[in-house]
Amino acid sequence: MVKKTIEEINAKIKAGKAVVVTAEELIPMVKEQGVAETAQNVDVVTTGTFGPMCSSGAFFNLGHPKPRIKMAKVLLNGVEAYTGVAAVDVYLGATQIPETDPANKNFPGEFNYGGGHVLEDLVKGKEVLLEATAYGTDCYPRKKLEKMIRLDELPQAILFNPRNAYQNYNVAVNLSDRTLYTYMGILKPNLGNANYSSAGQLSPLFNDPYYRVTGPGTKIFLGGGVGFVSWNGTQHNPGAPRDAHGVPTAPAGTLAVIGDLKQMSPRWLRGVSFLGYGVSLMVGLGVPIPVIDEDMIRCAAVSDSEIFAPVVDYSESYPQGLGEVLTTVSYAELRSGEINVNGKKVPAAPLSSYYGARQIAQILKEWIMDGKFLLTAPAFNIPLAGGISDYQGLVFSDSDPARGCHNA
Amino acid sequence: MKEKMVLYFPPTVTEQPFIYYLIKDFNLLVNILKADINPRMEGRLVVEIGGEKADFAAGLDFLQGRGVKAFPLEQEIIWVEERCTQCGACTVICPAGALHLDRVTMQISFSGDKCVVCEHCIKACPSRAMEARF
Repeated sequence: MVKKTIEEINAKIKAGKAVVVTAEELIPMVKEQGVAETAQNVDVVTTGTFGPMCSSGAFFNLGHPKPRIKMAKVLLNGVEAYTGVAAVDVYLGATQIPETDPANKNFPGEFNYGGGHVLEDLVKGKEVLLEATAYGTDCYPRKKLEKMIRLDELPQAILFNPRNAYQNYNVAVNLSDRTLYTYMGILKPNLGNANYSSAGQLSPLFNDPYYRVTGPGTKIFLGGGVGFVSWNGTQHNPGAPRDAHGVPTAPAGTLAVIGDLKQMSPRWLRGVSFLGYGVSLMVGLGVPIPVIDEDMIRCAAVSDSEIFAPVVDYSESYPQGLGEVLTTVSYAELRSGEINVNGKKVPAAPLSSYYGARQIAQILKEWIMDGKFLLTAPAFNIPLAGGISDYQGLVFSDSDPARGCHNA
Repeated sequence: MKEKMVLYFPPTVTEQPFIYYLIKDFNLLVNILKADINPRMEGRLVVEIGGEKADFAAGLDFLQGRGVKAFPLEQEIIWVEERCTQCGACTVICPAGALHLDRVTMQISFSGDKCVVCEHCIKACPSRAMEARF
């Protein structure tokens, strides 16, 4: 049985001897060499995903002007940031739209600019208009501030995304006779198309389905820079149904992630617009998976043909919260561009960039092979279903049987 | 020869079967790419017309003689590759197969030849990588 500690793997990375492969490259290796031999040979498996992730945003400290201000309302290029924290701290959310945006008054609204675009503009190095107003206090007398700001001038800018890297997601279809405009894109009537959003076999949590090595403190690729997993994400649902391999067949785990926005790149943080729905941010995220044992390889070798997603009607079931699933399809079928729903061939399109996910896994692989990215163990494990939560401070233990990747 | 044309119909002629005449009397292949025809109002057709050069010229003379204005299609759709995130959302929206996702490289390609300038992609693209140019 192969056993490696993260310290041993890091020593190999420092010596330039670590063998690193992407989750996609791993699949044929395991088929040819088997699990045991691959686990012996490979030290790290890199993953990636690049898709719209609405629960994203950044905390900014905007710096104290003279005289000081306790900002009560802040607009960045007309997009409101939340000010209910300290004087010049704000949080800008990815889906916030400008107050002047007509939204869906002229349906479907175009939503050409919003929080996600402000974040992209900032990482591009563009100047952004800051408008702040305040009620004024003895300690913070100023009531108004208006200036152009650039990311590099700000004291701090911290990307903090409360929910990223969803472990599986719905495939959205439309059974009604009118076009739907959703966060899953445009859905044509009568099963005109099926939209999905996951990098499947490359997606981080599909490769670590029981969150054995992905948890608070895990160092990751985030938006082109280095970030960390900070907690499980909002709506984290480890109890979602799983197949015999432990792979969830419905939306399951999520990650909250954090990183220095100043290190990030507009290539991997992109403001996006969804017709009739709103704005969001495409986030590039990659998690390295240390091969601590054979089970880790077994999990990470999962391929698109073994991962299944639920097909959900966005005309009725999703908006009404009915939880009905029309059928399940594999990511291999989805990636072929056509799936079968109710006996009908339906063209399938991704909202998440597989090409981007592949590039992120490659970049992360290169960082590790160059010795400039060492791995970190999670401080503790995020919860599994059935109350197996390690919040009490339980340090990761590889003998935890509940987290095994049971292979059939 | 084969050319994409925009035909403008004044309100007085929109109820006449011009396409039928083009096909029957001038032996032309007519492929309607986009149609905006309303009875007793101005209409606009985007068509691809193919056939012998002489037939093509005679067909256009016929149209113009009946008050239909015909112009070569100059508007085009541009794919701004650096804005494209290679997601693929456009590929099920494009009715002409001009936006294509290669299933091996998982990269998008755009063929202007197939584009019918319906403009659906412009607002369907989340990163706004498609633009119309005149």
